[in-house]
Amino acid sequence: MTGSTDMGSMATTTGHAAAEAPRETYLTNGYGWKSWFLTVDHKRIAILYLISVTFFFLIGGLFAVLMRLELATPRADVVDAETYNRLFTMHGVVMIFFFLVPSIPAVLGNFLVPIMIGARDLAFPKINLLSWYIYVVGGIFTLIVAVSGGVDTGWTFYTPYSSTYSNSQVALTAVGVFITGFSSILTGLNFIVTIHKMRAPGLTWFRLPLFIWAQYATALIMVLGTPVLATTIFLVALERIFRIGIFDPTIGGDPVLFQHLFWFYSHPAVYIMILPGMGVISEVISAFSKKRVFGYSFVAFSSLAIAILGFMVWGHHMFTTGQSVYASMVFSVLTMLVAVPSAVKVFNWAATLYKGSIELTTPMLYALAFMGLFTIGGLTGVFLGIMAVDRHLHDTYFVVAHFHYVMVGSMVMAFLCGVHFWWPKMFGRMYPEFLGRFAAIIVFVGFNLTFLPQFVVGFQGMPRRYHVYPEEFGVMNLLSSAGASILGAGYILPMFYLAWSLKWGKKVGPNPWEAKGLEWQIESPPITHNFHGPVRVTEEAYAYGEEPTHGHATNTHGQKEATSVR
Amino acid sequence: MWKDIPLVPENASTIATQVDLLYWFLVALTVFFVVLIGAVVVGLVAYYKKRDDGRKAVQIEGSTALELIWTGLPLLIVVGLFAWGTSLYVAMQKVPADAVDMYVVGKQWMWKAQHPTGVREIQDLHVPVGQAVRVTLTSEDVIHSYFIPAFRTKQDVVPGRYTQMWFEPTKIGTYDIFCAEYCGTGHSAMIGKVTVMEREAYERWLSGSTGEPPEVAGRNLFESMRCGSCHPVDAAVKEIGGAPPRGPLLAGLFGKEVDLQGGGKALMNDEYIRESILKPQAKIVANYEPVMPSYEGQLGEEQILQLAAYIKSLKGSP
Repeated sequence: MTGSTDMGSMATTTGHAAAEAPRETYLTNGYGWKSWFLTVDHKRIAILYLISVTFFFLIGGLFAVLMRLELATPRADVVDAETYNRLFTMHGVVMIFFFLVPSIPAVLGNFLVPIMIGARDLAFPKINLLSWYIYVVGGIFTLIVAVSGGVDTGWTFYTPYSSTYSNSQVALTAVGVFITGFSSILTGLNFIVTIHKMRAPGLTWFRLPLFIWAQYATALIMVLGTPVLATTIFLVALERIFRIGIFDPTIGGDPVLFQHLFWFYSHPAVYIMILPGMGVISEVISAFSKKRVFGYSFVAFSSLAIAILGFMVWGHHMFTTGQSVYASMVFSVLTMLVAVPSAVKVFNWAATLYKGSIELTTPMLYALAFMGLFTIGGLTGVFLGIMAVDRHLHDTYFVVAHFHYVMVGSMVMAFLCGVHFWWPKMFGRMYPEFLGRFAAIIVFVGFNLTFLPQFVVGFQGMPRRYHVYPEEFGVMNLLSSAGASILGAGYILPMFYLAWSLKWGKKVGPNPWEAKGLEWQIESPPITHNFHGPVRVTEEAYAYGEEPTHGHATNTHGQKEATSVR
Repeated sequence: MWKDIPLVPENASTIATQVDLLYWFLVALTVFFVVLIGAVVVGLVAYYKKRDDGRKAVQIEGSTALELIWTGLPLLIVVGLFAWGTSLYVAMQKVPADAVDMYVVGKQWMWKAQHPTGVREIQDLHVPVGQAVRVTLTSEDVIHSYFIPAFRTKQDVVPGRYTQMWFEPTKIGTYDIFCAEYCGTGHSAMIGKVTVMEREAYERWLSGSTGEPPEVAGRNLFESMRCGSCHPVDAAVKEIGGAPPRGPLLAGLFGKEVDLQGGGKALMNDEYIRESILKPQAKIVANYEPVMPSYEGQLGEEQILQLAAYIKSLKGSP
């Protein structure tokens, strides 16, 4: 927010359009705290989210740093067991509920969904602001938990440990996560209504950018899945506070029931976290190959296929609980089927490169890294979907490595990819490209050095959530900790040069990447209502074949030629 | 130096080689696809890098044939892997007929094991090589998981129910036992060693320790808890204290189905015995009154296991 004042004097050079006077943008049409905290502009709300999720990413990252320090040696030498258990729990809770779930939808989705579909804002701008406030309230609860002793149940809150035995801040954490869930539900609802009802004339479903398809699939999961999580957490709180027997067998409950309810949300939640990232990758690969995404409709439908299949695989977390072999078989085969639409996406992205005109910019480096890391993350998921192998690998570091390849190697890469790609659109200024590429390479190397050894140590048999471990796992853990320090440096670097660019970055015009899409036809940064007039879309998404690069759907400076049908 | 760093777990059970074969196949498959996709991407990027000579991207809509190929091929691969993995798993689930029973109870943060002869040990487990062992597990508090990497198997240990696992050690040695399901502060200290011994050495080890077999302990418990005042253990007993027995006969029923009050049948197994001791009203045997009190809180999990072992040992035709 502090940067906004400086941006007041910033006249974006939209070619010949705004050369005369400082142009008013969404960043300059108000400066007081009210103009931010009472804003209903989806772009300002996106910036609020960007600041908040970055804050929580740093908090979650700090917990990870302390964990990797502790795990550098087999002995307990940095923190004691109680502290360590709180560290990994808080790391998971913060990263999943306060960074990964909201990251791409609430930051990039908020900023881009209305613009990409030619709308002035989301369908419910005030509800959009409300969802940010709900997120903040949930976040404050979590911070209170962190400073008042922490919580030690693991982010999975398995009963009856969480509901009866743990004497940490379980109830307070539950309240925080419960509240934050409503933030996702409202964002999901807002996106679904907006995408259905507010597309510009001519923007049919199959002309939508794939980013929108991915956001749509994500929003469906948010709306259908999150209420189950809220209910489950509510039940844990009921049992913990009022001793009503739901999950604790000593008072008549069933502990495995919790796992069913929890994973019914939390497995689809993995796809809440990865699908928006896939949407970003589709946009970026297309933009820097100057080509339409290969097999558009297959990529679009693969998002929906992943969203639907994702709801039917939760039992693969329970192969070792004593679940019936027949139930496990069904969950196993459905789990492995998810690999098919995932593979379809990767193959289509690779095919998009064919006969392209490829530029290895910072966002493109992140996108290519995503393809590699997601391939590893996805295929190692197949290991865990196979019951005979999962029997050995379940709850070991192999699982930790697998989901970090998906959640961090893929999703955080995609988030950084998207932030770098749309940064000039959001702030009208460019970051130093050399530093961008340098950081991307550091992140890629650091990530692999951190998490590849964890596959090895997992197969060796090291269980997850171990504060101390036998000597034989020492070498791989030391390698992993060393990698984490490189990865950490890679994550810190962009924060500096991106902040620097807000004031000193080179000013850019509407379309610095020469990319297609409505967002690249409006000024950088955009005006409050995005477009100067009604928008009409007359062409397919990614229409790279047509010349010139602008002036088809709408006019570059002001959409004056566009005709209204409403 | 690398010889000192074990990169793979010991292979010490009958299923380990099979599991490893599938695991390494999956590793090879993963490496193959990562290298393939990596090479294709790097090749395309190098070849189609933007040039100053004005070469433009060629727009290609897509190819249904290609889409079908790269949807169909992964589908075939995963179906094949599913078939392989599932048939192996089903085979792995079959407990050999000559398996001996051992019992393990988990509690924060220790493993308590009992052998067929009644010998007990804490944290560790001694087993004879070449002997299939079926372990029945339960927990006194939270969920744990009994994990022996060298045997390639683990089983969650769930309070309020019995779970089972089995293994047949093939190699003499000492291997790790870990708790794999996070269970609180001492989770990473809930570890022990499984020692696989020659049969004679195992017998010597057993005789060096004292203890009574679980069914003997169970009979003593049965008597001290006066279970026999309602339940006959011999089909010849028609009266207890001058009246027909108030509880059903227990002998010779294990593994068979019993008729229930109000229709239906129940399989008489460990789980049913446990339930009937803790929640006697849940499944009443036909023609009996629901008069049995619950023993919840009066009997520990180990004692219930002993009673089940005793009832299992009762022979005779009802």
